[in-house]
This record gives sequence, C-alpha cells and structure tokens, in this order.
Amino acid sequence: MNELFVCPDTELKDGDVRIVQQGRLEIGVYRHAGQYYAYRNHCVHQGGPACEGILRGRVVELLAPDKTYIAQTYDNDDPHIVCPWHGWEYRLKTGECAPDPSLRLKRYDVAVHDGGVYVRM
Amino acid sequence: MNVVPPVVRDPAKQKFDTRRLLANAEQQSIDRRYEDFMIVDVDAHHYETGSYSEIFDYIDDPVMRDQFKFSKGQTLHPRSTGGYQEMAGRITRYAHRATEQAADAPHRDIGLTRKWMDAMGIDVACVFPTPMLGLGLNPIVEVEVQYARAYNRWLTEKILAQEPRMVSMLYLPMNDPVAALKMVEEFSGRKGVIGFLVTTVRYKPLYDNVYMKLYAALEERGLPIAFHAATNWSDQSMNITNKFIATHALGFTWFNIVHMTNWVVNGIPERFPGLKTVWIESGLAWIPFVMQRLDNEYMMRSSEVPALKRKPSDYMREMFYTSQPMELVNNSTMLEETFKMIAAETQLLYSSDYPHWDMDLPSTIYDLNFLNEQSKRNILGENARKLFKLDHYISNEKKARLKARNTSSL
Repeated sequence: MNELFVCPDTELKDGDVRIVQQGRLEIGVYRHAGQYYAYRNHCVHQGGPACEGILRGRVVELLAPDKTYIAQTYDNDDPHIVCPWHGWEYRLKTGECAPDPSLRLKRYDVAVHDGGVYVRM
Repeated sequence: MNVVPPVVRDPAKQKFDTRRLLANAEQQSIDRRYEDFMIVDVDAHHYETGSYSEIFDYIDDPVMRDQFKFSKGQTLHPRSTGGYQEMAGRITRYAHRATEQAADAPHRDIGLTRKWMDAMGIDVACVFPTPMLGLGLNPIVEVEVQYARAYNRWLTEKILAQEPRMVSMLYLPMNDPVAALKMVEEFSGRKGVIGFLVTTVRYKPLYDNVYMKLYAALEERGLPIAFHAATNWSDQSMNITNKFIATHALGFTWFNIVHMTNWVVNGIPERFPGLKTVWIESGLAWIPFVMQRLDNEYMMRSSEVPALKRKPSDYMREMFYTSQPMELVNNSTMLEETFKMIAAETQLLYSSDYPHWDMDLPSTIYDLNFLNEQSKRNILGENARKLFKLDHYISNEKKARLKARNTSSL
C-alpha cells in the first residue's frame, strides 16, 4: 500500500480541497466538518475534473404540511461536489451521484498521522 | 509502507485555463488516438461577446450603431429569452473565461477557440454566435438585418479569413427575406463560409413563398441550410414552465420540431431536392418521435400533403443532424435504434456545443460500443467533411503526436 502526502494536518480548513497527482491519477482531498474525504478527480459522466469544481450545499425544496410550495434553500450539512464541466453533483460524504446513487466517484481512504494528511492507494 | 512524494495543487489558487479545465479531455484524445483521423465539430460557439465593440463598428446604420454601443448589446434583446446556463456558478468556465490568458494574434477569439479545440482533439470547428440565437424575436426587423450583416462581416473578415480551423454557417435575417437573400449573394464564396443558418426561435413560417428565392439561391450554390435550435422562455407554451431545465429540454427540441414539420409537410424537400438541411442542437430522441408521428398521420391524410411523394421519414432520413446534446442516460438500446432510424453512419454530424453547459466531447461518439471504427470516424468528421466539402485537415498538435508515435515505433 502506498500513501501520498497531501499537506500538514493544520493546512486544510473546512471546505478546502487539494488535488493530489501521481502519474495519471488525480485525487481530490476535501475537509468538511473536521473530516477528510478523498475521491478520484474524474466525473463518471464524461470524465470531467469533478474535484476542481465548486462545493455547494444540496438544494432542498420546502413544502408546507398541505404540500404547497414555500421556498428552496441549501442543506449545507450535505455538501455536493459539482463537476465544472456539466454540473453533475456528488455527495461529499459518500461520493454518490446525487440524482443516481448507483453511480459514484471512486473513493480513497485518508489517514492522518505524524502531523500530516495522507491519501491511501 | 512506501511514502511517495506526489504533486499537490490547490485549485482555488489556479488561474483559469481552458487547457487545465479540459486536461481530462486531452487525455481522452491521446488514449483514443484522435490523431489518426479528422474531427469536425459542426456546432460550437465562440466568444463574440468579447468582441462586441469591434462588431458594433461594423453596423452600417450610424444611429443603430450608437444604440448598440450605449446599450452594450442589449439592443439585441429587448426582452430576455435565455436563462441561467451557468447554473449559479457551478459551470465555472462562464465566470472565469474573461480573465483567461490567450494569444491576441491573429485575434483573441481565435486564440481562445484554439485552446479548447486542441484539448478535445478537434481539427475544424463550425462556430456560431450565442446571443444571436434569440435575435429572430427582435420586434425591430432592421435590428436583425443590421446586426446580422455587421456580425457576418466581422466574422468573415476578422476570424474566418485568418483561421482555417474555424468555419461558419452565416446568420440569415429571416424576418426580412430580401435581406436574407442579399446575405447569401454577398457572403457566399468567402473563406470559411460553408453554409447559412436559420435560428429557429422565430415566428415567421419557413414555408412562406417569400423564402423560395432564398432556398433556390442556396441550392444553386450547393450550400447547406442549417437550423439552430434555442428556446424562448416568453413563448406561450414555455411561459408556463418555471425551471430552466424544463424550458431548455423542451424548447431546444420544440422549435426545431415545428420548423422541421412545416418544412416536410409543405414539400420543401421536393421543391429543392439539392438543398441539404442540417438540424442543430436538439439532441436525437425527437427525430424518431417526429418520424413516427408524421408517417402514421401521412398514411391517413396524404391528400392534405400532395407535395409529398414519399413518407415524411424518408425525407427526414436524408437530412443531417448534429449529435449534441445526445441523450446518454441509461438506454443504449434506444440510442442504437435512433442511430439506425436516422441513418447515423452517413447523416449524423458530431457537435460539441462548447463552451456551453451541456457540451459533449468526441468520446460521446467514440465510446459507443454499437458503432464500428469507420462509423465513429464518419460521425466525428467524415460526414461533415463530405457535406461541407472541407479539405482534409489535421491540427498541428495531432500531427506532432502522430509523428512522435511513428518515431517511437521505429
């Protein structure tokens, strides 16, 4: 097993991302709510650099008890990775494609030790 | 356990660069060996909004020229017909491309266009403007005429004359049929002009007798006529949609469906059998739908359409279609059947629509497992090369790759 050094543990703030590249493989490493997540920088749609897009909270629709529409808002506890090519969205916490969970970004484990953040391959 | 030093970068600190954004597209181009064949993109968009000041100077009418200059182009659209393609910042190239570094010579528009073409492995691109897709709705006919001529002059003199990899089908101001005919007479034969374009968000029916001289002029010159879809959120039917996804998914097919249907049931293909037609940016799923609907009703109502000598689908199968935005979601059987119904091997033309939000890479065609290698190459380039009588052209970057490959195999 190989580990790739990403950065010191203190470097990434919530919402930050780093792209780690080795050979042809690129991995996006995220920090959110104190946790690290890592995914292949490759959208399953047409191959876009998914991890180089924006992070945006899941859009939710608010309905009243009588099913009438009230408003829409963001659920920032469920941030989405948005591929910049076409807007395909993936859930940061799982890598699942938001509208079709059978599709997902390839996930990698992240380890924190010796003051550093590492992604495992 | 091995510790390997990788390359680490922070995308937030990178300057926007199309080659970086499309690095994975470039890898696809290398992996699939696009250097082995010519790729023609029949529907791409360039960055003419960045050249507004140059284009406005080409407007003949000095009063209208000032209107365009002072409104910064809003004269084109007295009311909005578009929407939020950029999805509130999710499609990053919209917000950042104005800051992009690109060669200014021979023109920044060319420099920007070459960057995405080379990344994708595209050799020749047929470029169209973007805001002009709604210009047919302008209530001031003279605005359409004046701006169309200014744009066509600018495009042919500043861009097409200087870049063999960029070609175009020029905008026809169809609300003034006489001016449209003059446009063909004035611009056909200029370098890079491979046909003429009708934007289909418009409400003047294309079967009207006033257009017959125009179609005859195009047929006589052997120049195709193309129909580029768009949407109009102010259309009565679209006006009851409340999401861009709805007006886009429906509108971009609907306006081509209406004009295609009129074109066929009025027997225009019988009147001008040598006039080639190209239907742009409606995807493909609508074509089998229209074929089946019209064929079914034709068998009952042939007396109503005496001009037709064959079923409507027979005419439609002889027309050309661009591929984007191809319906790729979960149903390759349906897609394969669609390819058969439209005779894709000879009639389908690859298009990217880059830089727009729903762009398709060449791999959307190349990776279809029901196509053989020759069919892929036909759709990606050969069909367009033959239709538009283009010279065979391979970009310098692809030539260099081919040379490197040949050298390494010695």
